[in-house]
Amino acid sequence: MNKMVNLRLDGKTIKAESGKNLVDVAKENGIYIPTLCYFRELNPLGTCRICTVKLNGKHTTGCTVKVADGMEVEVNTPELLDNRKAIIEMLYAEGNHFCPTCEKSGNCDMQNLAYDMGLTVTRYPHVFSDKIVDFNPKRMIMDSNRCILCKRCVEEIKTKAGKDVFSFVHRGIKTRVHIDYEQEDKLSESEALHAMNICPVGAILVKGMIHEQPFGDRKYDLLGKNIIPKLHNNQVRKNENEKFIVATTSLAGCFGCHMSLLDIDTDILDIIEIVEFNKSPLTDIKNFTKQCHIGLIEGGCANSENVHVLQEFRKKCDILVAFGECAIMGGIPAMRNFVPLQECLEEAYLNGVTTEIGANVVPGHEDIPKLLNNVYPCNEVVKIDYYIPGCPPNAHHIWKVVKSILLGEEFSITHDEFKYD
Amino acid sequence: MPTKNKIDRSKLMSVLWEIQRKKRCIDHDDISKVAQEFDMSRMELEGVVTFYHFFHRTDCGKFTVYLNDCIVSQFSGREKIQKVFEKATGVKVGHVSEDKMFGLFKSPCIGLSDQEPACLINFQPFTNLTPERVTIIIGQLKEGKKPSEICDIPKSTIHYTPPKNKTVFFKPYTFFSSLTHLENHLPEEIINLVKESKLAGRGGAFFPTGLKWQFCRQNKSDTKYIICNADEGEPGTFKDRVLLEEHPELLIEGMIFAAYAVGANCGSIYLRAEYRYLVGKLEALLDHYRKKGYLGKGIKAKVPFDFDMYIHLGAGAYICGEETALIHSMEGKRGEPGTKEYFPVEKGFKGKPTIVNNVETLCAVPRIFEMGVDKWLQLGTEKTPGTKLLSVSGDCENKGLFEIEWGMNMQVFLKLIGAKHPKMIQFSGPSGDCLSEVDFNRNISGEDLSCGGSVMVFNDKRDLMYILKSYSNFFVEESCGICVPCRTGNFLLNKKIDKLLLGHAEKKDLDDIIEWSKIIKITSRCGLGQMSSNSLNDAIQKFPEIFERSLSENTDFNKAFNLDHAIEEYDKIINEMTSDYE
Repeated sequence: MNKMVNLRLDGKTIKAESGKNLVDVAKENGIYIPTLCYFRELNPLGTCRICTVKLNGKHTTGCTVKVADGMEVEVNTPELLDNRKAIIEMLYAEGNHFCPTCEKSGNCDMQNLAYDMGLTVTRYPHVFSDKIVDFNPKRMIMDSNRCILCKRCVEEIKTKAGKDVFSFVHRGIKTRVHIDYEQEDKLSESEALHAMNICPVGAILVKGMIHEQPFGDRKYDLLGKNIIPKLHNNQVRKNENEKFIVATTSLAGCFGCHMSLLDIDTDILDIIEIVEFNKSPLTDIKNFTKQCHIGLIEGGCANSENVHVLQEFRKKCDILVAFGECAIMGGIPAMRNFVPLQECLEEAYLNGVTTEIGANVVPGHEDIPKLLNNVYPCNEVVKIDYYIPGCPPNAHHIWKVVKSILLGEEFSITHDEFKYD
Repeated sequence: MPTKNKIDRSKLMSVLWEIQRKKRCIDHDDISKVAQEFDMSRMELEGVVTFYHFFHRTDCGKFTVYLNDCIVSQFSGREKIQKVFEKATGVKVGHVSEDKMFGLFKSPCIGLSDQEPACLINFQPFTNLTPERVTIIIGQLKEGKKPSEICDIPKSTIHYTPPKNKTVFFKPYTFFSSLTHLENHLPEEIINLVKESKLAGRGGAFFPTGLKWQFCRQNKSDTKYIICNADEGEPGTFKDRVLLEEHPELLIEGMIFAAYAVGANCGSIYLRAEYRYLVGKLEALLDHYRKKGYLGKGIKAKVPFDFDMYIHLGAGAYICGEETALIHSMEGKRGEPGTKEYFPVEKGFKGKPTIVNNVETLCAVPRIFEMGVDKWLQLGTEKTPGTKLLSVSGDCENKGLFEIEWGMNMQVFLKLIGAKHPKMIQFSGPSGDCLSEVDFNRNISGEDLSCGGSVMVFNDKRDLMYILKSYSNFFVEESCGICVPCRTGNFLLNKKIDKLLLGHAEKKDLDDIIEWSKIIKITSRCGLGQMSSNSLNDAIQKFPEIFERSLSENTDFNKAFNLDHAIEEYDKIINEMTSDYE
């Protein structure tokens, strides 16, 4: 055993074995340094940058630091916490992470970190770059949309002859992980599963071995159940005689979020005590009749009408809330962003299996809204004030947010209410 | 158990170069063959090949033209030259002609900023191009002339050296003359003298050279390596090229000094592919040194030693100027920077203690011994003794190389280079500082305004935003991709600059740029990401009026989203589908 040394972690003096990894030392002493690429003490990868800490006044990654005597380490300063959140946001903006469709959702390390950080939206615009899903390998599927280039698989998965199965190819923003088909074929079943398991996201899948676990049973569903959210002193806004006015709309979404709105059951009776609905599918009021306090937006912008409606909502509502994955990042409709519009239309109206034989018409009429070149998240068209993630968000979650905004209360969302799927 | 590392992968790059030169591409079969030879998986090799932009997976033409994409080149009329090239060869930039005769590509700074517009054709330099000249060149190539027969050997444009007794680099040198000092000194003494001279890394990092050598000497190992970093890729820099042209012997002798001092027996020059035309001359010179007994076994010294060196050719990747990336590249891997868990002096090339020094640093060593440390210390300033080489380009009378004594005032320097109405000076390249009028009274020295070697001058007619966009394009292109802040952060900053250029930006966007730059700076893995937003943020500080001009008040609507533009494609498709010829 190496000799013991003293170091300071966030102002706390601790003793640790010299040369031990900082992330592990911090953990043993009750200070959590989040990591994504770090998975074994030997050969830390240092690719994800999430464990960035300040060591003796200089920024560096925690996973590459071996503790030594007299070290002064800052872990949880506001700046560092925000940097970590920013990196996760950047990974979300860079990749095409459609949590509701992902097999790894609920078991995903990155998703869990985002939950921990309370990430509702990325501060960065989504890149929506076209990435391939490779089904060619015999046993595996490599979905580059979800890959965060942590390099775990590249470094860890080798054949018995010592050859790489996964490799980085290209450079810069075009960097991808590709599978070598020939080498992949040489992996044993358990080695292939190992590859899937060490992937912190859902980029590597083994065909036929993806276990669908029900909600609530997945790795990270139960985590956080024990975390008691901080309660704030409620500060109720002054009572007004008039009710709050709420408008809602569903743009390019599936109406699932609106269904969820109704899932509140009889509690709706409490809500209509303080709330009056204006333009909304719930009331079937088609046009705004007055300025509203709050507007709830489901779905992103896929066509010209969506854009007009959204812009009108921005003008007529003091506060806009985007709810559901589609409104926040484009969601399922945004999956068409990787397919040229022409192909989309041809597949839907001309070549699709459900197309009527001989029907060779793509509908086009001045009354039909025009499709946009891409599906846009709401915040890339207008300013959005609040975001409620989920597919759909839980009814209580939605109303808790709405109520708290209206009453000017501070609120907290419990860890298990907060989901992207 | 992995049976890797049995085969020496440091030969990989030269094998790939052989194929690329002969076959004009590295195709599927080549990859299979080479992967087998080097006992790698196909995809791993594919990863190496696709990392470097001078390796092509598809035919790049019998004659491959690389036009300089640097901002200085653009301002000296590259656009016009490019059009003539496109017309004469019949292909657009980024493509190869149908008969596979010509391939036309852009490449980041090719190190000829003082002689723009310039290009490389099959890595032979062609400088000061005019439209007429381009037509003639293409004509000659079509007639069967070789590029090496008609190329220009770039003239060394040394405009200024200090008074005779103060010049360090550019004065006559007698071969081998300073190597006699090896016979009078023990390795430790050499290190102490270098430490005393306060020589520091001239690539721009300014790490004390003597200290680096000392660390390397202290690490016991059977093998140690000396690497010369001749991968100067910072746009606007060409000082190392001029040194390699004028005084390659200084470099070789500097490396011999380093080898003796740290106890290394193997050395190499990592030469950027853009300077491939220098290889022949350098190799001949190395042979000369071998013949004379200054390289090889039993080199004369107080403690005789063995040392030899060879040239390792890069393949186009700016990041390989970073020392750990450079080492990975030499090992036949992707040129990704390391985690900084170890310094190269501990575990470097092939896991052995390694010194990586810049060309200018190594060239200074024999000169210091020649003139004596005391005299060297009298030159320059307290912190940075001696002289510095600056590559000057852009809007000034005297484009070329300047050897100045450290401590020179900026005003004096600007007069010397004949700067015409300078508005902005880019100091140390895009990752360095953006200087405005307020800096013109400062001194060029380690105490005040340090410089790696690139000085680009821009006059008051130049569009600052366009310059910043060009820098940003460069960093997006050259990011290695291993960490997200640099890989995507730079891409997102680039989009923000677009917003500024198009007049869509609001005040909030400027706040975003500043905040995002800070995040990229703090969290990036290596210097590229840590410095890539320097000039953008400097410019915001120093030229606020230019930014304010293109900013509007914050609103609730994103101006970058344009509905007409977003539905244009749909209109076009529907129009095509519904129209007929009747």
